[in-house]
Amino acid sequence: MSRREKHVLAAAERFERVSVPTNIILIVFFALVAFLCLMPFLFIIAISISSEGSIARHGYQFIPSELSSSAYEYLWKNRNMIFDATKVSLIVTLGGTVLGLFLTSSMGYVISRPNYKLKGFFTWVVFIPMIFNGGLISTYNINTTVFGLKDTYWALIFPLLMSGFNVIICKTFFRTTVPDSLIESAEIDGASQWRIYFRIVLPISLPVLATIALFLVFGYWNDWWQAMLYIDRPDLKPLQALLSAIDRNLEYFARNAATLGMSRMDLIREMPRQSFRMGIAVVIITPIALAYPFFQRYFISGLTIGAVKG
Amino acid sequence: MKTRESRADKKKWKAHTRRRFRKGDLELTTLAIPSFVWYICFSYLPMFGIIIAFVSFKFQPGQSFFANLVTSPWSGLKNFEFLFSSNSAWIILRNTLGYNLLFIVLNVLVPTVLAIMISQLRSKKIAKTTQTFMFLPYFMSWVVVAYFVEAFLNYDFGFLNTVRDSMGMGKELWYLQPSIWPSLLIILNIWKSMGYGMVVYLAAISGIDGTLYEAALIDGASKWQRIRFITLPMLKVTMIMMFLLSVGRIFYSDFGLFYQVPKGSASLFEVTETLDVYIWRALGQTTNISMPSAAAFVQSAAGCLTILLSNWIVRKVDKDSAIM
Repeated sequence: MSRREKHVLAAAERFERVSVPTNIILIVFFALVAFLCLMPFLFIIAISISSEGSIARHGYQFIPSELSSSAYEYLWKNRNMIFDATKVSLIVTLGGTVLGLFLTSSMGYVISRPNYKLKGFFTWVVFIPMIFNGGLISTYNINTTVFGLKDTYWALIFPLLMSGFNVIICKTFFRTTVPDSLIESAEIDGASQWRIYFRIVLPISLPVLATIALFLVFGYWNDWWQAMLYIDRPDLKPLQALLSAIDRNLEYFARNAATLGMSRMDLIREMPRQSFRMGIAVVIITPIALAYPFFQRYFISGLTIGAVKG
Repeated sequence: MKTRESRADKKKWKAHTRRRFRKGDLELTTLAIPSFVWYICFSYLPMFGIIIAFVSFKFQPGQSFFANLVTSPWSGLKNFEFLFSSNSAWIILRNTLGYNLLFIVLNVLVPTVLAIMISQLRSKKIAKTTQTFMFLPYFMSWVVVAYFVEAFLNYDFGFLNTVRDSMGMGKELWYLQPSIWPSLLIILNIWKSMGYGMVVYLAAISGIDGTLYEAALIDGASKWQRIRFITLPMLKVTMIMMFLLSVGRIFYSDFGLFYQVPKGSASLFEVTETLDVYIWRALGQTTNISMPSAAAFVQSAAGCLTILLSNWIVRKVDKDSAIM
C-alpha cells in the first residue's frame, strides 16, 4: 500500500467511522461470506481423511465420524503418476513464464516509447486481438495442422504466452514510472535500445515484472483447457488435466499399474475410491492455497495498474 | 484507450513521418519482432481461418488446414442458414446471452456493494483477512470447483442428498435435474469472481481523495449521503470499465463453468449448453464442422461489434468513461 493510500485510510478512519452496531453487523456478515469461500476446501479435506466405511454409511461429512489416512497412503504408493504430472506442470509453468515475461515486457516497452516510429502500428497489433479473434475451430486447426503442436510441451506453452491485458499493464507501468530523461541520457551515452531495455528499464521495473510473472504462473499452473485440446498422451498431462481426467474416470489413475508390479485390477480394487479422489484434489490445491496470500499483493497491484486507462 | 492521446499522437506523427528511420527505431523494432511473430502466428493467422464459416469444408487427411480451406468449395451463407434453422441454435444463444447478461449485472453490482461495505469496517485487519479469504476461490480452476460441487451433489454421498435422506425426502439425481442448475451456475460464478471484482473496486475507493469526505462531513452529510454522493460517483469510471470489458465477452462463456462443473451431462443441455460448449463438442469431428464454424464466426464478429457499439454509446453519454 502506498503512503498516499495509508494517509487516506487514516483520514477516512477518523472521519468515516460507522456506528458500533453497524460495525458488528458488518463483521458478522463478512465472517459468513469468508466462511462460504473457505467451506468447500474444508469439506473436501474432511472427505479425504474419512474412512471408506464411514463414507459408505453416512455419506460425505464435514466432521468425519471415522478418520483414515488410507487415501494419502494409497496416493503415496502410486506417487509416480502425480510426480509425472507435477513435472509437466513445472516445466510448462517455468518455460511459459520466462518466455512470456520477455515477450510481454519487450512489447510493452516498445509501445511505451513515445518517439518510436512504429509505436502506433504495434499498439494496433496488440489492440486488435483484444476485441477480435479467429475462434476456436480455426485456432485449433491451425495449431494442430500448421504448427503441429498436438502432444507437445509447446502446445501447453505457446497459446498462453501473451495477452493484450498484460502488455497494456507493462506499457502503462513503463510509461508512468520510467523517467524519459533516464532513457534519453543513456541514448546520448550511446547505449543501444536492447542494452537500455535489459540493463536500465528491466532492473527498475521489478514490481511490474513480478506482477506479470504471477499472472503467468497462475495462468499456466491452473490451465487444463490447453491440455484438454491438444494433449492425448497421458505422460504429457499437467496436474489440472490429470485431475480432470480422474474426475471423468477414476480408473484412469491405474493406467500405469503394470509398472508397479501390481495388476490393474488389484490396484483398482485396493483403491479407497471416495476419499482418494478428494485426496488427490487436496494435494493439487494445497500449493496454491498456501502460496496465494503471499502473492496477493502483487496480484492486486497488477489489477490496479490494469484498471487505469492506458 | 486512446482518445486524447491519439490526437496528440497525430500531431507528433506528422512531425515524425518527415524524419528518417533512426538507428534507435531499428533496434526497438528488432526488440518487438519476437512478440510480433507470436501475434502473427497465434492471433492473426487464426483470424484468416475464420473464413471456414463461408465454405463447405472438405477435410483431406495429411493436408494442412489452409490447404483444405483453399480447396473447399465456397458456400456463401449456407452454414449460417443451417445454424439458425436448427432448434438447438436458439437454446444455445439464449443460454449464452441470458447467463452473460445476468453475470454482467451481478459482477458489477455485487463487488461494488461488497467493496463499499468492507471499506466501512472499523478494523482494517479484519477487512484485510476477509478480503484474503474472499480472493481464494478466484485462484481455483473450474476443474477443482467441479470437485467442490460434486461433494455437495454426488448421488450416493453428496451433502445435499445426505441431508434430504435424513429428512426422509429421498435422494435426487442432481446431475440429471435441470431445474437447480441455472441458479447454481449463477451462484458459482459470483462465488468465484467476487474477490477479484472487490479488489478492483477497493483500489478505486482507496484512491478517492479523503478531503472530499471531510468536506461532506463538515457540511453535515450523513453516512449514507456520503456513500451515495461521493463514493458511488467516484466509482463510476471503474464500474463502466468493468462493464465494457464484460460486455465485449457477451458471446463467450466460461467453458469450465458450463462444461466441467456439470460434467458435460447431456441431460442438462437445455440449461448448460452455451456457444463455447457447442463449438468444443464439434472439434474432434472432421465432417460436420460447418455449423460450429458459423457459430464461431458469429461469436467473434458479434463480440467485436458489441464492444465497439457499447463503447460508442458510453462515449456519447460520458466521454471520459469510454475505454477506446
